[in-house]
Amino acid sequence: MADPLHQFEITPIIPLEIAGIDISFTNSAMWMAIAVVASMAFMMIATRKPAMVPGRMQMFAENMYEFIASMIRDNIGSRGREYFPMIFTIFVIVLMGNMLGMLPYAFTYTSHIAVTMGLALSIFIFVTILGFIKHGFHFFTLFCPAGVPWALKPLIIPIEILSYLIRPVTLSVRLFANMMAGHLMLKVFAGFSVGMGVALGVLPMFFNVALIGFEFLIAFLQAYVFTILSCIYLKDAIELH
Amino acid sequence: MELEAAKLIAAAIALLPMFGVGIGLGMIFSSYNEAVGRNPSSADLLDKKFFLTFALTEALAIFALVVSLIILFG
Repeated sequence: MADPLHQFEITPIIPLEIAGIDISFTNSAMWMAIAVVASMAFMMIATRKPAMVPGRMQMFAENMYEFIASMIRDNIGSRGREYFPMIFTIFVIVLMGNMLGMLPYAFTYTSHIAVTMGLALSIFIFVTILGFIKHGFHFFTLFCPAGVPWALKPLIIPIEILSYLIRPVTLSVRLFANMMAGHLMLKVFAGFSVGMGVALGVLPMFFNVALIGFEFLIAFLQAYVFTILSCIYLKDAIELH
Repeated sequence: MELEAAKLIAAAIALLPMFGVGIGLGMIFSSYNEAVGRNPSSADLLDKKFFLTFALTEALAIFALVVSLIILFG
């Protein structure tokens, strides 16, 4: 029986090596490519013949668009409109990663910290550079909330700087740990089913059915949380509190 | 103490934050249900905030689980 951590193993499909750097096309890269192709194909087909009364696919695409648009309206305001493509792309790529991972025998690329850290760091670096472009050195007032008494400033400012620098870590670890722990739990309970035999093994199986439903909720929720936190970080850079 | 036994105890101690997360999640659920019970029309407004706080709190339990798993298998 394969151990529950076996599902996170990265195996090369097309081995490649250039100048001593391993750039093989792995199963992780394959599922990312599937996610990109599937989401692009879906959006293209759904909006190919826009109708006044939308069909099922157009309805779904419009709902997704409206979901992110209202998230940006609520969290950033009208100045966030120009960042819609970025936020929408982040949401779709994380959601596809989480949802495709729920397919049997699929590989969940968001369960690897290399992937989520890459996403989170690119958001973090983009937001920081954007803050400097928009406000110049005024950006540092982000670390000093208005209305703080002078005596407390030596305490508050290091805490604010730390909490700013820790953002990419918490953002990425939250997504990666949720996906990894959830999939690990599914496989551990599936292992109980195998180990307990036919008569008793149905009990963990029923529990697993409920857990899979819960995993779908978590898959959507984590994509939502990842996106909304990116929105909040973006708002901090645009508006400085 | 043997290293293996110390590892198992450390993995168990790393799961203690679950205690606080359980209390926190209970408070989130209870206040959400109370708010919606008092004012059912506010459910739409509260749903998003509820799911966000739920996911943020639940993530702490998952952090603890990851630390524990790293101690066990890492």
